[in-house]
Amino acid sequence: MLNKIYDWVDERLDITPIWRDIADHEVPEHVNPAHHFSAFVYCFGGLTFFITVIQILSGMFLTMYYVPDIENAWESVYYLQNEVAFGEIVRGMHHWGASLVIVMMFLHTLRVFFTGSYKKPRELNWMVGVLIFAVMLGLGFTGYLLPWDMKALFATKVGIEIAASVPFVGGIIKTLLAGDETIIGAQTLTRFFAIHVFFLPAALFALLAAHFIMIRRQGISGPL
Amino acid sequence: MSNNKVSRRQFLSYTLTGVGGFMAAGMLMPMVRFAVDPVLQKKEGGDFVLTEKKIADITEVPERVDFTFEQVDAWYKSDITNAAWVYKEGDEIIALSPVCKHLGCTVNWEADPAHKNQFFCPCHAGRYEKNGKNVPKTPPLGPLDQYEVRENDGFLEIGKAIPNTLV
Repeated sequence: MLNKIYDWVDERLDITPIWRDIADHEVPEHVNPAHHFSAFVYCFGGLTFFITVIQILSGMFLTMYYVPDIENAWESVYYLQNEVAFGEIVRGMHHWGASLVIVMMFLHTLRVFFTGSYKKPRELNWMVGVLIFAVMLGLGFTGYLLPWDMKALFATKVGIEIAASVPFVGGIIKTLLAGDETIIGAQTLTRFFAIHVFFLPAALFALLAAHFIMIRRQGISGPL
Repeated sequence: MSNNKVSRRQFLSYTLTGVGGFMAAGMLMPMVRFAVDPVLQKKEGGDFVLTEKKIADITEVPERVDFTFEQVDAWYKSDITNAAWVYKEGDEIIALSPVCKHLGCTVNWEADPAHKNQFFCPCHAGRYEKNGKNVPKTPPLGPLDQYEVRENDGFLEIGKAIPNTLV
């Protein structure tokens, strides 16, 4: 059945070469843990991506219940966690995944650094990777505020004060982030929500695409 | 190799698809159950709401009775005011829901001067007879819902909406 549907589409659109290009690629011996167990360190990039996919999916589902409004944000998080079936699991995936993605990304960075994979001709991919690192930290920072509890509020106060300590433009950055010169409130929450679910993910997708296209073009770096 | 043996490639593709499918299911199952929760959540039966209408004041002419109750909408609680069209049929008290069975607008008693003794919906000119029966060839496809009613110390209490039992 599935084979027939596939053949029907393939006969018309010739889709086989498209996924072959994506799926078929060489996995050299020195990155294959079946040959050298220590090669598991090459898995961290893929694991980072895997957890990112979980973050995107669980995040999409969380927005079915979450409201970015100071009156209702905490109540809606409480409701989705305690009243909705599997709410604890779905929110838990997003909560723990957020930390895990940073850990995995850091391990991936260490692997790239200690295998010297950032060297010519892969400097550009290192730079894109650093940008991804920044976007991920931004996602972590903006997402932290959304439950609108005391921990979230004061963490954001501290974060915004740090941003405000930038010479000359600190005040402007603070107002831009918080939406108000003095208040961390309604406008801060909506801003952080928009940044968390629209702006940063869009940037992340673009950067990930660049990251993957480059690694596929240049191949995995050679053995030590 | 004889043809009922599983080849190395087949074995790999089966086990990898199986393990991959299991992982994907483990990931997606909680999320999907989370998303469909509104369909599966148990609804509590509606309590009776006390109105300010005295039983003795109810006549044979349908009269609008408003009643207010606390509605719990997930994390949001609010006071909602609904209405019922209430009249007496002999000794029995009838309370009809004003929600049009066509597309959910609100019907009024004798709102259309051309049709006395009928409920009228202003949205698409749907009409109902006094017992809630929809007038044929007007848009509604069924009779108005009925409310459960009971008396409390001389005042009318209104319960949950049930399908019309008079038609």
